Amino acid sequence: MIGRTMLAGYKTLVRLALNAYPSCLQAQVRCSSSSNKLFQVQPGSPSLSTSAKVSLEPSEEVTTSNSQLESSHNNSDVKESSNPRTRQTAQRELEDTFTPFRYVYPEFLPDPNLKFRNRIKEKLERLDMLHRRSQVDIPEFYVGSIMSVTVSDVNAPGKTTTFVGICMQREFTGLKSNFTLRNVVDGMGIEICYDLYNPTIQNITCLRLEKRLDDNLRYLRDAPLEYSTFPFDMTPEVKNPDAPVPINPLKIKLNPRPWTAKWHLWDLKGIEDVSHTLEDWQLRKLKTWKFLTGDEVKNVDLMKTYRSTIPVEEQVEIYSEFAPQLVSISQSMKKQKRKRTFSKPTKSA
Amino acid sequence: MSTFLRLSLHIKFPLSSIAGSRQIHMTNSLLELRKLARVRCVDNSAIGKQAMAEGRPPKIIHVYNKKAIATIGDKVLCTVKGEMKKAIVVGVKKHQRHGIPRSDTNNIVFIDDNGTPLGTRILAPIPMLLRKVLKEKTIAKGADYTKVLAIASRFV
Repeated sequence: MIGRTMLAGYKTLVRLALNAYPSCLQAQVRCSSSSNKLFQVQPGSPSLSTSAKVSLEPSEEVTTSNSQLESSHNNSDVKESSNPRTRQTAQRELEDTFTPFRYVYPEFLPDPNLKFRNRIKEKLERLDMLHRRSQVDIPEFYVGSIMSVTVSDVNAPGKTTTFVGICMQREFTGLKSNFTLRNVVDGMGIEICYDLYNPTIQNITCLRLEKRLDDNLRYLRDAPLEYSTFPFDMTPEVKNPDAPVPINPLKIKLNPRPWTAKWHLWDLKGIEDVSHTLEDWQLRKLKTWKFLTGDEVKNVDLMKTYRSTIPVEEQVEIYSEFAPQLVSISQSMKKQKRKRTFSKPTKSA
Repeated sequence: MSTFLRLSLHIKFPLSSIAGSRQIHMTNSLLELRKLARVRCVDNSAIGKQAMAEGRPPKIIHVYNKKAIATIGDKVLCTVKGEMKKAIVVGVKKHQRHGIPRSDTNNIVFIDDNGTPLGTRILAPIPMLLRKVLKEKTIAKGADYTKVLAIASRFV
């Protein structure tokens, strides 16, 4: 959830923006009259401190949580107009403000594949996504988090179905964005794919917010069922919202082959080493494969990175447009939750 | 966040080219239930239990729909232990749409021509969707496929 650090950061941001780009940024940062309170500039407010690294790699292990979305508070007060800000510093600070959003709201970014880019469609979709988020609280979650989803189902006896499972993967962007939950029910591995913005979803709760070492956990299908079993009556684990999202360093031992996919060829960090199960020719092929597509190559292949990510400037453009609404929605959802869970204390004689 | 394009090769270049052999076209397996697909029997019928214990699972030899691809709720004809038996598909491995569960194995439940299941209990969870699908398939004064739902132990 977005905390007070978020708000303070925005106030500072606007101050910077007004100093650096009076006309063009004011046009960009559109907000309704009700959320204008967020942008009241106060003298002597804490300055922005950069805690989030800016990088192009989306798969980088970042542990910034939703409440650290802006930046951490700097206790020292900085005078408003003591140093003239350069264009570069302002831009960099903008980036530092908004790039953490891509971990909490990754579906707001468009598909990096140029074939599927359509600016108008993206803008319209984002508006719809915001509206949906104002109706249903879509929490922050990552692959590896354990979640509970309640869907309205005509075929169910109580007209709703609840499913609990570990988030195995998150696919696509925009309104198409979905996530798959996996659990083992009566000894049978069950996976259900849910569209994040489907109107039949009544409730999404993150029971345990954590990350895993991999982008997707499809290898759980070839792992012992214990790794995918989670109780349906699990209670949400309350954690410090300002703490970074914990990364579960679990290394899974896969079942003996055959597997549903060639997991040894995938760059998986969350499984135990399987090279001892491979034959000599497979090891040789694996060696060539790693030489051609390994980590060393990934770090140097700029075009691959470019084709699979959205440039930082564009991310800033997108998130700066929607950040105020997202913040206000998040806060109102928090309030609603508190209201619902609050039970009036009864008088005891 | 990477998109997993199901109908295209996820390995970006052909491994065969390293070895110097001819290029071969590879597609992801669609995991569809067609003729000769081996399935898993999840009810406690005698014939099903024996077949699974032997390691000779039932095979689909005919799918009772126009598309010849069986999904959740479709009636199929299977061979099991040398006999032909009708069955209902109650779980598929293929990726499903929003809200529809996908199981790790392709599951079937044996029935007779009237839709009466051969077993007395279904040991695996079956999708809630079957309630609607089987009701639609049921013909009044004909085959009643909803009897399968009565022996289900858990819906998912």
